This record gives sequence, C-alpha cells and structure tokens, in this order.
Amino acid sequence: MKRRNMVLVVFAMVSLLVLSGTQGVFAAPTIKIGVAGAFTGDLASYGLPTVNAAKLVVKDINDKGGINGQKVELIIEDDQCKPELATNAAAKLVSAKVVAVIGHICSGATKAALGIYKDSKLVTISPSATNPPLTQSGEYPNFFRTIAPDDAQAKLAANFLTKTLKLKKIAVLHDKGDYGKGFAELVKQYAEENGVTVALFEGINPGAPDYSAVVNKIGNAKVDGVVWGGYHPEASKLVQQMKDKGMNIPFLSDDGVKDNTFIEVAGKYAEGVYATGPTDTSTNPLAIKAITDHKKEFGAEPGAFFLNAYAAAQALLNAIAKAGSTDYNKIVAALQSEYVDTPLGHISFDKRGDIIGFGFSVFQVQNGKYVELK
Amino acid sequence: MEYFLKLFLSGTAKGSIYALIALGYTMVYGIVQLINFAHGEIYMIGGFTALIFGGFFFSKGMPVGLVLLFSVLLSIMYAAAFGFTVEKIAYRPLRGKPRLSALISAIGVSMVLQNFVLLSQTEKFLAFPSYLPEFKWLQPYKEYINSTQLIILGVTAVIMVLLTLLIKFTRIGKAMRATAQDMHMAQLVGVDINQVISVTFIIGSALAAIGGVLICSYMGQINYYIGFIAGIKAFVAAVLGGIGSIPGAVLGSFVLGWTESLGTGYISSDYEDAFAFIILIVILLIKPDGILGRTQRQKV
Amino acid sequence: MKPRSILEDIGKSLTIAVWFMVLLFPLMVMKVNVTRGVAQVQFRWNLLPFVGIAAFVLSYLWKIALEWRERRGNDKSGGVFGKIKTLGGAYFAKPAVRTSSLVALLAFAIAYPFLFGMYHTNVMITAFIYVILALGLNIVVGLGGLLNLGYAAFFGVGAYTYGLMWKYVGPSFVASGIDPGWLFWISLPMAGIIATLFGILLSLPVLRLRGDYLAIITLAFGEIFRMVMQNSGNFTGGATGISLIPRPWFFGQKLPPTKAAIYIYFIAIVLVILTIFVVRRIEDSRVGRALEAMREDEVACEAMGINLVKNKLITFALGAFWAGIAGVVMAAQTTYINPDSFTLWESIIILMAVVIGGTGSIPGVIGGAILLKLLPEYFRALAQYRMLIYGIAMVLVIIFKPDGLIPRKRKQYTFEGKEGAK
Repeated sequence: MKRRNMVLVVFAMVSLLVLSGTQGVFAAPTIKIGVAGAFTGDLASYGLPTVNAAKLVVKDINDKGGINGQKVELIIEDDQCKPELATNAAAKLVSAKVVAVIGHICSGATKAALGIYKDSKLVTISPSATNPPLTQSGEYPNFFRTIAPDDAQAKLAANFLTKTLKLKKIAVLHDKGDYGKGFAELVKQYAEENGVTVALFEGINPGAPDYSAVVNKIGNAKVDGVVWGGYHPEASKLVQQMKDKGMNIPFLSDDGVKDNTFIEVAGKYAEGVYATGPTDTSTNPLAIKAITDHKKEFGAEPGAFFLNAYAAAQALLNAIAKAGSTDYNKIVAALQSEYVDTPLGHISFDKRGDIIGFGFSVFQVQNGKYVELK
Repeated sequence: MEYFLKLFLSGTAKGSIYALIALGYTMVYGIVQLINFAHGEIYMIGGFTALIFGGFFFSKGMPVGLVLLFSVLLSIMYAAAFGFTVEKIAYRPLRGKPRLSALISAIGVSMVLQNFVLLSQTEKFLAFPSYLPEFKWLQPYKEYINSTQLIILGVTAVIMVLLTLLIKFTRIGKAMRATAQDMHMAQLVGVDINQVISVTFIIGSALAAIGGVLICSYMGQINYYIGFIAGIKAFVAAVLGGIGSIPGAVLGSFVLGWTESLGTGYISSDYEDAFAFIILIVILLIKPDGILGRTQRQKV
Repeated sequence: MKPRSILEDIGKSLTIAVWFMVLLFPLMVMKVNVTRGVAQVQFRWNLLPFVGIAAFVLSYLWKIALEWRERRGNDKSGGVFGKIKTLGGAYFAKPAVRTSSLVALLAFAIAYPFLFGMYHTNVMITAFIYVILALGLNIVVGLGGLLNLGYAAFFGVGAYTYGLMWKYVGPSFVASGIDPGWLFWISLPMAGIIATLFGILLSLPVLRLRGDYLAIITLAFGEIFRMVMQNSGNFTGGATGISLIPRPWFFGQKLPPTKAAIYIYFIAIVLVILTIFVVRRIEDSRVGRALEAMREDEVACEAMGINLVKNKLITFALGAFWAGIAGVVMAAQTTYINPDSFTLWESIIILMAVVIGGTGSIPGVIGGAILLKLLPEYFRALAQYRMLIYGIAMVLVIIFKPDGLIPRKRKQYTFEGKEGAK
C-alpha cells in the first residue's frame, strides 16, 4: 500500500495554530454586552470593524475600572448578514443574558433579530443599519442607531444633484440589495420631485467582473450624471470602466462608497467622485484617539463604520453608567436624555432612536482624499 | 448600429473573461467528471499570489516588464501546486466512490480555501495594480475596447489553440483522452491515470492563475470572495458549450457574454443573470449536451 | 503489505512539511497590503515554523488515518467497530429495545426546550427545518438520483407563500379581529401544494436532461426564482423582504419569544415525524421502487415498463412539497424573509446534508442535516475560524465516510440457502 497522501488537516491545524490570536477572558461578575453582525462570509469587511471598535471601547472602560465597579464583557456573535443566522445569534445573546446589543450590521439581519430583542427587552444599537423603517415605523422602540437613515442621505444626494451640480438627466444604478436599491429608489423619487429626468434605473449584479455593457448603456442614454446605490467594490469598477470609455460625468454615491477603501481600490479613477456620508469627524480628537488606538491594537487602519460603532459602544456604556443599572427602561431613558462625547461629536438620540448631533454631508474625492463640501 | 457594436464588443470581452476560467473547469470535468467547485478559488489564489509577488518585486525596483513576467510565472506555479495538492488530498481518496461525494468534497475545499485566504491575508478589497501594457494605438477606440480587454481576448484565443493542440497531438493529451473515455480501460492499456489526472489539475489550475492575473488586472481589485461568483458563471458557460469540450467552453462563454451584454443593453441589467440562465435552459432543451458537446449514447 | 520503517515515514512527512512550507509561503508569510496603488509586502517569518511543524504532524496523522480507512474498507466484517456495529445492530433489531430507545429519544426531544433554553431551542428548530428539507431533497437525489441544485427555490416558495399571505391577507384578518397567527395554519398546506405545483412546472422542461446537465438547469431555475423575488419590487417586497411575519396561532395567546420558540419547536417536531413517516412509506411503495430503479439505470428501467416521465414528475413534486412546508416554518421562526435566504449556497448546504448523512438513507439524512446545522452553531466559539473549520470538517467526513455517515442499507432478499443479489 503505497499511498503518499497529504494532509487536508494541515490547512486546519496550520491556520489554527498559527492564526489563533489572543482573546482575553474577563472575570465575573460582569456586564455582558452582545456584539452581532457579519464577521465571516462575504460581508465580513463591514462587520469586523465593529468588533474592533467595541473591543477598544470596552478595554478603555475596563482599564478605568469598569462601569460602577463592574467589568464589561463582550459576547460576539456572527450572523453573516443572513436573517436566519441573525435570529440564532440573537437567541444566543438573549440566552447569554446580555444587557444590550451593539449591532447588527445589515438592515435585513437587524430586522430579523430585532423581533427577538424587542420581546426580550434588550436595547439594540446599530452602527450601520440605515433602513428608514427601522426607526420610523415605530415598531422597534428598543432600536437605536449611530448613523442617519437612508432617506436623509438620499434627500441630501438629490438636492446636491439638482441644486449644486444642476443636472437635468441622470442614470441611477443600484446593486439590487436592500441598502443599495433602497437608496437608489429614494434618490430617484426625490430627484424626480426636483424636476430631474431619471433616464435609466437599473440594478447590476454585485461581484460581476465586468460592467462594460451597462456603462455602454449609460453612454447611450446621454445622461449628465450617474448615481450609484450600493457598496464600493462595484463603484470602483463602474468609475474605472466609465473613465476608460472616456465618460467624464459626475458620479455620486452613498456612504457605502464613502470609505477610504474605495479610494485605495479605485486609485486615480476615484478622483472627482461624489459621495454622501456621515459628516467627517476625523479631526475630532476622540476620533483621532480611536483611530490611533486601533492602529496600535490591530496594526491596521480601521474599516467601514468603525467610528459609528465606536460611538455606539460609548453611548451605550455611558447610558448604562448613567442609568446606574442594566434595567431596560432606564437605559432607554438615558440614551434619549444623556449627551455623550464620541468620535462622531456630541450626540444623543431622539424618541425614535435616530441619532442627534450627527448627520450627513456631501464629499468629493480630491487628490486622493474625501473632502467635505460645505 | 454603433451601440450594437459597442455592446457586442463588451459581450465579447466579458465572454473571454468567462472563457479563461471555463477552460480549466471544462478540462477537469472532461477527464474526471467532477464539478470542481474549488476552481474559482484557485483562480482567486492565482490572483493573490500574483499581487503578492508583483508587489514584492516592484518594491525591489524591478522594471515593470520583469515584474509582470515573474509574478505571472510564480502565480501559475503556485496555483498549479495548489491544484495538485487539492486533488491529492481531497479528490483522489474519493476516486471510485459515489460521484456526489467528490462534489461535496470540492465544495468543502472551496470553503476552506476561501476562508484560508480571508484569514491569512485580509477581508478587505485590495486594489490590484495592473502591470499590463497599454496600447497607445487603441486610444481612439477606447469607447469600444481597451488594452486589457484586448489582451484577455488574445490570451484566451492562444490558450484555446494550445490546449486543443495539446490534447490532440501530444502523448499526455492522448492519455487524457483515453482516461476521459474510460478510466479502467485506460489503466489496463498502461496509462498511469493518477499521473494524467494530476497533470490535468496542474494545467487547469495554471490556466485559472492566468485568468486570475488578467481578470484582476482588468477589474483593478481583488478579494477572497471573487472566486465563487466567477466559478459559477464559468461553469454555466462550460455547460452551455458542452462540458468537456475545449472549443465548446470558449464558445459557450462568448454566447453567455453576448447574451448578458445585449440583454443589458436592450432590455435591463436587472435580469442580466436571468438572460444567462434562460439562454442556458433554451440551449439545453434544444441540445441536451450543450452546443458542442458530444451526444452520449446510453448503454444498459 | 511489507512493514515500513518509521524512518521512511518520517522522511515522507518531512518532505510533505517542506512542500507545505513552500506552498503556503506566499499566502501565510507574505502579507500584502495595497496603498495608493502600490502593493507592499510584509513578511511574517514567525509563522513559517508553525506551518512546517503542523504540516509534519498532520501529514503523519493523515497517513495513519488513510491506512485505517483502507483497512476498514478491505476487511468488511472485522475490526472492533464492525463487531460493535453488528452486535448493536442485532440488539437494536429486537423490537422491545427498538421501541424503548425510540421512546427515550422522543422523551428527550420533548424535554429538550425546557432543559436547554431558548437559544438551543431556536437552533434545534433550524436543524429540524433542515431535516425536513434534507428528507425532501433525499427523495429527489437519494431515491430518484436526480441532482437538484435549485432546491432552495422551493423552500423560498414556501416561505413566500406565508409571507405574501401575511402581506396581503393579513391586514384584513387584523381588521376583522381574527388572529393573524391563523395564517400559518392556512399557509402550511397551501405552501406544500403551491411548491408541488412549482415542482411539476419546473420539472416539465427538464425531463430530457440527465446528470450534471439537470443539476445546472435546476441551479438556473433556483437563481431565476431568487432574481424574480429580488426584482419584483413592491409585490414581494423585493430585496427588502417581508418583515414582522406573525408566529403561529396558539389559542389566541400572544406568546413571549421563549414560549413561542418552544411552540414552534413542537410544531417542527411534529412535522419532522410526519415527514419521516411519509418518506418511509414512499420508499417502500411502488413509486419508491420505481424511483430506485430509475436511479440505477434509466434505460433499463424504461425497458421494464416504468413510465420515466411520470416518475420524474413525482420525484420533483414530492421533493418540492416538503421544501414548501419547511419554508413556512422558517418564515414563522425568523418572522422576516428576504431573497438572500434562498441562494444557491442554501441549496448546496441542503445537498451537503443529504450526501454527508448518506444519500438515500433516512436516518443518515436526518443526522446529516442536524450535524450540518448544529456544527456551525457550536463552532461559534471558534469565531472567525468557524467557516474554515467547518469546511475542513466537511472534507474529512466525506473522505473517511464517502458513502455518508450512515450509509443506506439496501433491502436484502435472501433465497433459501443461497445469498441474494447484492
């Protein structure tokens, strides 16, 4: 029997041995906070920064002796942005007796999980779920977010298109997803209200290698601007293929694109692209500290929604501290009444759970940087 | 007309992208009848390896031409080595076992490789610096096609011809055909089928690496997840053309590219994939073995 | 088999270790980052020795494991495991033991949600949904031998039946004061029927196709279904999906989440038992036999006078029915559905449950589905390594148990004195 077979297990053990990081365990009794979102799978890059942010904030608090003498412990659950996994993650967090949850990342997963949190009376604070009905429907009194809802953003984008750029005829593209399509539909609605013709409204396949057909279609429609609702990987392919074909019309997108990764990936093609996004607070000393801490701890620049997650964690812990207990009603009251200094500024929450003191601005890529347009 | 031509050319370019991946797919399938789900991952690893070595050589001040040459060669070598290793570990022990088992193993490998790259490299999208040349003379026609697309088209054509020659006229090609036809019989007449299958995986994976470098250069970005989507589309293309057939894979890819491109241009990109799948269904209903597939006789 | 020296083995493992150190070098040691369009590589030399050591140890283990597998394969009756199995089998064949162990299992299943709390109950519900799905797909793949990669679409049909009922009929229920939870009980049979109709409809064009061509066509149908759901805008809620789907009616009570989970858990258990019962009946029926014949050889089967077209239709229809049922339970459990839950990946996972459990074997498929859904949940502790380990586990299981964890046992017919056909 001369089988020289090699090892698949090698992959496993190698990676396990080599990559297993150090994860600290805190001593009981602790205040347990859940963190939920996409930490594996194709959307992990949107979820992992939140974990890092939560870890940093909690480390800070614990180094200072915790909240009212109690240490804070994080319980991290992955949902891969899938609704059915989100309900499991939520059930697990409820079983683990967390007092509040930071997350989820995607609007769909958030919706699925919120039903459970609502019935279990858990405060949920998302750094990135921008779907408007989450707060506006009034269905979820336990829901808060440190990001403005999509309709605010779409309104800003549509006004910018018509009043500042003075466009007459635009193409609106989206990635067919909950977030991207939602934004695109709202922009279309507001832009049409402002008297702009939407010549093209189409969804494209995220992850496809090539968008030249739809770019040709944009060229053929003779529009004077393109709006993209979706995330940055597709946006960078779109701008690249548009500019390659000699189309130099304004390209405006959402906060899924207002991410430095977009500039890194699109490179020179990113120049001149407009994006609406959370108002730039990176000059805020707290934001500078958060980013420096991240670099020190994880050896890399933070990713998407990092500051929002940081603020969410801070606001939540502050509310628990101010409430003096982990009682649901007291935390909600504290979140709505207390202002807290975060990397996003001096913030609080309104009765519906939307953030006060922090909003959206329009940015443009200039010399390889997002510059806020006043 | 001009619009049609533009759409047709972008369909052609897209088709050649699919073809680069579909060629390796169809080759492996033709010989071991395995839907190699991990093929897309090998393509992704090829892209990553090229990015890593390209970055390393470039930072050492090597001229761009050499950077391109070395990074492509190394990425081909590494992808081939990955293909070889994966076959040995995950597919060979399952030879002669139910075919579905090998399929599940392939899916497992695909998951492993994806997550391995996610953990060992990054979850983020990275820019993919292109070291490919830009043709100045193509500048006036930039609305129709760009240099990278033209290179991809050319490379696809060359690979298709070389592969066909390899399979038709070389000794190993003959052995491959024999193995594809009847593995047991081939073994009886002295073909070392283990070797043949290894070579098939090596060549298929090397092709995937070439695809990885070229396509990532075209997209300008890379991420651990690009293989899965590309793999599915390439598989559809290979089936469309008649799985197991080399020219079929290329033709199928072009048909897919044109369908998607014209469908997007004249109808809507909302249903881009639906056009692709509908053409697949229609063609398979007319020719159940794909456009260029051989009709298989059924024996009892 | 001549005994090899240990030295030789170590030598081989060393070679393998070197091979892996070279193979994994670029991805493990060289970490790339691209800033401003320039790729920079950072070397992590400290990882290299780990790769080598791990590869060495694991290749050694792998060799032993493969030899064990080979031995077990050659020597069917022997081995400690074999003996235990035969003994156990004989023991279980006794009706009294069989019944009492079944009763014990059932008692455990009933006590489960009260013993382990809400999270585990929820996970178990998901697992049960997958058991129903896998049993349904097993009719198609295991009995009929037709590879279906678009099975999630039928699952989606079921979930959307309930979702759409809630969206369009729900408001009038609420308005007239009827508990919308009733919709669940109305949707349950309806979803089964609608999914069956879809199954028949979709199988009509594919009757001519065989093997992997069939697989790719079903894949195409599955993806088209998802795209239609995604793009149909307001009618199905598009990408936004349908939210706040009510939980099943329970004597007019509004249950808190813990109780609701327990309730759905019991509904799921009843459905699982029903599915097992029906599927076993099908297996032993005339249709089941015809399907098995079809799987073995379509041409021979047709020559024996079995109507292939009819059988294929039945296969798809039966498979789709259970997916529809499972979809309704899923919608009731998550209370929110969107097209992302019915991707190709979902179809693949269900297929994996069938194959890993043991294609065609009912206990195997049940075990496979439970394993596949529970493992990732219990692997949560592994955080980001979860999916990696999961993939490795799948590959290992399939390599060491290529026929599945509990392979199908063929019915054996014995002539007097002589061994029957295999």
